[in-house]
Amino acid sequence: MPLTRDEVRHVAMLARLGLEPGDEEFYAEQLGGILAHIDRLQQLDTDSIPPTAQVVEVANTLREDVPRPGLSQADALANAPAPVDGFFRVPSIQEEA
Amino acid sequence: MTDLTELTIKEAARLLRLRSFSASELVTAHVERIERLDRRVKAFLRFTPELWEKQADEADRRILRGDLGPLVGIPMAVKDVLCVRGVETTAGSQILRGFKPPYTGTAVSRLFDAGAVMLGVTNCDEFAMGSSTENSGYHPTHNPWDLERVPGGSSGGSAAAVSAGEAMIALGTDTGGSIRQPAALCGVVGMKPTYGRVSRYGLIAFASSLDQIGPFARSVEDAAIVLEAMAGRDSLDATSSDRPNDVLRDFDAGVKGMRLGVPREYYEVEGIESGVKAAVDKAVKALRDAGAEIVDVALPHTDYGLAAYYIIAPAECSSNLARFDGVRYGMSTEDAQNITEAYTRTRRRGFGTEVRRRVMLGTYALSSGYYDAYYLKAQKVRTLIKRDFDGAFEKCDAIISATSPTVAFPIGAKTQDPLSMYLCDVLTLGGNLAGLPGISVPCGLSNDLPVGLQILAPQWREDTALRVARAYEVASGVRAEVAPLG
Repeated sequence: MPLTRDEVRHVAMLARLGLEPGDEEFYAEQLGGILAHIDRLQQLDTDSIPPTAQVVEVANTLREDVPRPGLSQADALANAPAPVDGFFRVPSIQEEA
Repeated sequence: MTDLTELTIKEAARLLRLRSFSASELVTAHVERIERLDRRVKAFLRFTPELWEKQADEADRRILRGDLGPLVGIPMAVKDVLCVRGVETTAGSQILRGFKPPYTGTAVSRLFDAGAVMLGVTNCDEFAMGSSTENSGYHPTHNPWDLERVPGGSSGGSAAAVSAGEAMIALGTDTGGSIRQPAALCGVVGMKPTYGRVSRYGLIAFASSLDQIGPFARSVEDAAIVLEAMAGRDSLDATSSDRPNDVLRDFDAGVKGMRLGVPREYYEVEGIESGVKAAVDKAVKALRDAGAEIVDVALPHTDYGLAAYYIIAPAECSSNLARFDGVRYGMSTEDAQNITEAYTRTRRRGFGTEVRRRVMLGTYALSSGYYDAYYLKAQKVRTLIKRDFDGAFEKCDAIISATSPTVAFPIGAKTQDPLSMYLCDVLTLGGNLAGLPGISVPCGLSNDLPVGLQILAPQWREDTALRVARAYEVASGVRAEVAPLG
């Protein structure tokens, strides 16, 4: 079953993807096709099965909390599209009042 | 005269020490071969002459000092998802065009320390999402065995480079089969280690609970040598492990008395080609003749693996790829009025179709109201798949099957139908869901195209997988060869 166009728009908004003209129909159909295959998971009774998030039994790995060198400011900013005075520049995040 | 581009590490190391040629000459031979062939193969995205010159000189000095490390002077290619300080690294994506990492990842830096010489950066599917390298944001790569066909993926550039004799070894990453499947399609050896065996520090993440870095090579022993140099605990990756990794100790012990499991589900998987089946059946027979006991094992949840994988991997990728926002690195848009517009414009221009498809799928599976039905369900099915393997390994030491249901397919054949592309990984992704080590070795040809034999072993038993692979290589006489390309 294809997703609805509203669902595609909603998911694209959540993921900040931005859609081109025609994308809603395209992804509605394609994601629907993939989800139709995925729906076979519902055939399995998993009520008593615990979930697996990672497969290797590693306990929390801790280190001494001591200062150590990290990236310099210059290194951290070297790839920034628009560095300003040692900062990352971003568009405004609040509308003007 | 020995062709310097057709050697294995072992042979090259011996000849370097005999001063038959220098590390600089070995690199030059590979660079000349790249210049001759890579316009057609297109395995590489970028070259690193400043690195290879410096590293080859250093290797020659080490050899003069009597350094006997096996990787000193060995020419290597690196997949475009592994950060190398100062070398443009883009994960095959336009969104990272121009990105030069401020540090080098652990696996690569360990190989640099061991003396390997970096030739360049190899092509891959964007963010390692794909099975053909056609999803690269730059260009497709061509299979050296037939230039009209794909090399597999996502590490298709690395597989093609080793297959074409353009690099002696290469690094790839494997999240659902992205090392093993292209190794099979290009006729080389490719290994995915146990999850946690190799540090992921400096790997641009796709699905963090599945990703592993591993080697491509033209012999099983070479793959073992590269793995050994990369493996082990790293304080920069909390999931990395110091479990013993003595892969060369019993390397030549053979398979006599070993039990090799044959899962029916893998031999009758949807879409498996008869030529692939025939080559694998012959490989099973060769291993039986070499003294292995072949036993039937069951992996009853095989039919659900792809479905679970295509929830878990996209869910993790949708979260990992949130960091590409156009603020700190990579592509950006100048004229956005607010931050949301800046994000959406950058991500619309920067991500290709497959990445957008998976980010949407993952976001959907994690979104309110669908989490239990999709993500939690898939994690529970992951438990069932892991238990399948646990049960199978009670009856056998390793599992053998085809790596890919098909040989290399024509460029463009599967790009319109994502599900058909996803099915390329149906025999490999179980190994990722269960965290197992797996290797693909060439096991003959079908229609003049390479077929791969996959060997899966229990967690941390890379030694077993490599020992079986080596035994097969010896028993069958089938070796990874440089592709027959002009």
